[in-house]
Amino acid sequence: MAVNEAVKLRNNRLAQYYGMFTVGLIVFSLIMGALELGAGMPKAWIGWTFLMLTMGMYAFIGIMSRTKILDEYYVAGRNVPAVFNGMATGADWMSAASFISMAGTLYALGYDGLAYIMGWTGGYVLLALLFAPYIRKFGQYTIPDFVGARYGGRWPRLVAAICAIIVSLTYVTAQVVGVGIIMSRFIGVPYEWGVVIGLSGVLVCSFLGGMKAVTWTQVAQYIILIIAYMIPVTFLSLKLTGFPFPQLSYGQALQNITVLEKELKISSEAPARDGTGRIIQQGYVPAYNEGLSNAAAVTAINQINSYFGLNITPPKAQSIPDASKPADEIQTDWRGTPWNFLALTFCLMVGTAGLPHILIRFYTVPSVRESRLSVGWALFFIFLLYFTAPAYAAFARWEILQNVVGKEIKSLPEWTVNWSRLGLITQRDYTTLDGREIDKLPAWAAPQVRSGALVITDANGNGKIDLAGATFSETEVDGKKVGVFGELSGTAVTKTSTDGILQFGELNIDPDTIVLSTPEIAGLPYTVAALIAAGGLAAALSTADGLLVVISSAIAHDFYYRIINPKASMNTRIWLGKTMLVVAAVIAALLALPRLALIAQMVAWAFSMAASSFFPVVLLGIFWKRCNGPGAIAGMVGGLSVTLFYMYNNYLDPSFNVLGITHLAAGIFGMPINFLLCYIVSKLTAAPSQEIQDLVDHLRSPELDDELMTSIASGKQAAGAR
Amino acid sequence: MSDIETMSRQERINAYWKENNRLIAILLIIWFSVAYIPPLFVNQLNQISIAGFPLGYYFGSQFSLVVFVILIFYYAYAMNKLDAKYHLKDRDK
Repeated sequence: MAVNEAVKLRNNRLAQYYGMFTVGLIVFSLIMGALELGAGMPKAWIGWTFLMLTMGMYAFIGIMSRTKILDEYYVAGRNVPAVFNGMATGADWMSAASFISMAGTLYALGYDGLAYIMGWTGGYVLLALLFAPYIRKFGQYTIPDFVGARYGGRWPRLVAAICAIIVSLTYVTAQVVGVGIIMSRFIGVPYEWGVVIGLSGVLVCSFLGGMKAVTWTQVAQYIILIIAYMIPVTFLSLKLTGFPFPQLSYGQALQNITVLEKELKISSEAPARDGTGRIIQQGYVPAYNEGLSNAAAVTAINQINSYFGLNITPPKAQSIPDASKPADEIQTDWRGTPWNFLALTFCLMVGTAGLPHILIRFYTVPSVRESRLSVGWALFFIFLLYFTAPAYAAFARWEILQNVVGKEIKSLPEWTVNWSRLGLITQRDYTTLDGREIDKLPAWAAPQVRSGALVITDANGNGKIDLAGATFSETEVDGKKVGVFGELSGTAVTKTSTDGILQFGELNIDPDTIVLSTPEIAGLPYTVAALIAAGGLAAALSTADGLLVVISSAIAHDFYYRIINPKASMNTRIWLGKTMLVVAAVIAALLALPRLALIAQMVAWAFSMAASSFFPVVLLGIFWKRCNGPGAIAGMVGGLSVTLFYMYNNYLDPSFNVLGITHLAAGIFGMPINFLLCYIVSKLTAAPSQEIQDLVDHLRSPELDDELMTSIASGKQAAGAR
Repeated sequence: MSDIETMSRQERINAYWKENNRLIAILLIIWFSVAYIPPLFVNQLNQISIAGFPLGYYFGSQFSLVVFVILIFYYAYAMNKLDAKYHLKDRDK
């Protein structure tokens, strides 16, 4: 009873601390808002104050939780209550991409984007039912620990550790890129400085206190990010619909979108049919409009070439369907079918359940019972944000269709002007080129000049494009229609592209803009924008923290302690862990500096890779006693190879596809291969030792059985040498 | 449930495991039907609107998420009951 009393007391105290923190954050934001509106505090000051205060808070928690105890350093002392572990998992999970870019993806893809919403939440059901309680019962430090103990021997452990490092390193690099972008956009520091400042913030927490400090800062970071996410969209909903619950009111936005899209002829009144007679309905609400394209691969290769001075030939740009071809020549495509959507959802779900930085969070709760509950809380806290993201997207789409598309560029709302100055919104109407210097063309116009579709004749020789008083006319050259508009001419110059009105097709929006611009659309003060920046930073930093812990423990614990030197002292292990943390952070920063677009793509691939390598092996390890080491290795290698093969080929050439499934969902092919190989090879080779079978029994029942546990886990990898 | 008292340790673990698996299977069937059946009929479902939400879109953006959350909490609740039924103690520090 005394123990329970103590736990209760501690939980109450934690709730009090974080309650005070939440109230403090709200009061602070209100004060800043008042200072801005009342005293005219400059924007840069507001941005810096928010930044310093939140980073200072993380550092404070980090210093308070500094530790030299192994259990605290690696698994937060295994005494994090379910609710708090849920919040920490939420922050760990939701990265800069979820916070800043998710709504933008939904804005662009409409229904098709919901694959991400469902995939990244539905995976937690698998995690709760199939993994979390057993991982907790196993109760070691890392995921390679589990693979090593269950499959016996150092090879499975080594393979698992390498996988964990590769996945986490790409992931953490993406977070660092996110940190740099947020810092540079809101504080105005150069991108590189943003990376350095942000990373030092990460290190302050994780270096001193490992998982313990990371956990308690993540809870604070969750509170900041969820408040920052909810406030602007709530006000926007209030402004547009008169109702302060965006999650319930954006149905109205969807209705308006459908009506406006018909008016603007973005979606067709009658559904169009493709070459094979399937029905395609274009627009925001109708499903399955996405085609296939290798544009991302072409961009990525060009970027790598120009950054590293290489000369890799990019593949020929292709898209299916090819819009440049006449309607009756368009290739058969898979639009209008649900296969890619279903495959992507499935890969994201299964991949979610296999990510090491999420799995290790379930080592940190006090018991199996708490671990089950903890997944519930984790999903609940994640759900709050994912439930709201489609509202952001719908309101933004509504606003843009209503007040931006089809309007004269000169009279667009002010927020679009601000964001197009930063290059996040592109308006591809030629009238916007008036007065521009010819050698400083915007990114959309330069390739047109290179390809010859746009010709600039500087008639008065002032080095600028002059379009004042120009009128559009058309001539025919070699049977092709060529437009002339002032000093511009070429096949790309048409009546609609020179009319000074922004058509839907002329508007390009960076996914980040949707969340970032909401405060301005809703007419909120800059303080709210600074709060969003703090929230985005919290999302990126918390994910980076969790990932760095995984990388450092894979090296210090799995490689060094488990494989090279099992006699290492506790102090050496902690010291090495901390050193590896810094090394991993520095490597991530170096990888992030080129700012390659490929990094974000790699994060998406990580899900398919986790789905086709880790997931089946961990699952069978718990649910099928007969599964053995050779089976697991064959499964992982085979599954991953098939996935990588499909991914590589489809990425470069979209005509390589099965049922229109893209490289992002390549895991759908590798995963069954993994299961199959694992089954066949396990059946053909000897059953695992009695000891391992006992371990599986031990995992399956929450009953306390410490003796067996220690005998198996304490360096008896020797048993696996068989 | 007096026979649970007389079971051997191994029998108890096996019976507990069987019930656990049955529960997991049922919940996974619900999970699967909520996530993967509505997308097959999304354009038909979109013909119906509730509070402005086209039904097909609504299933993907809200309904399925709510079901996922409920499934996990229900599993935690049901497993606690199962632990008690089989007298399996849990480790609490």
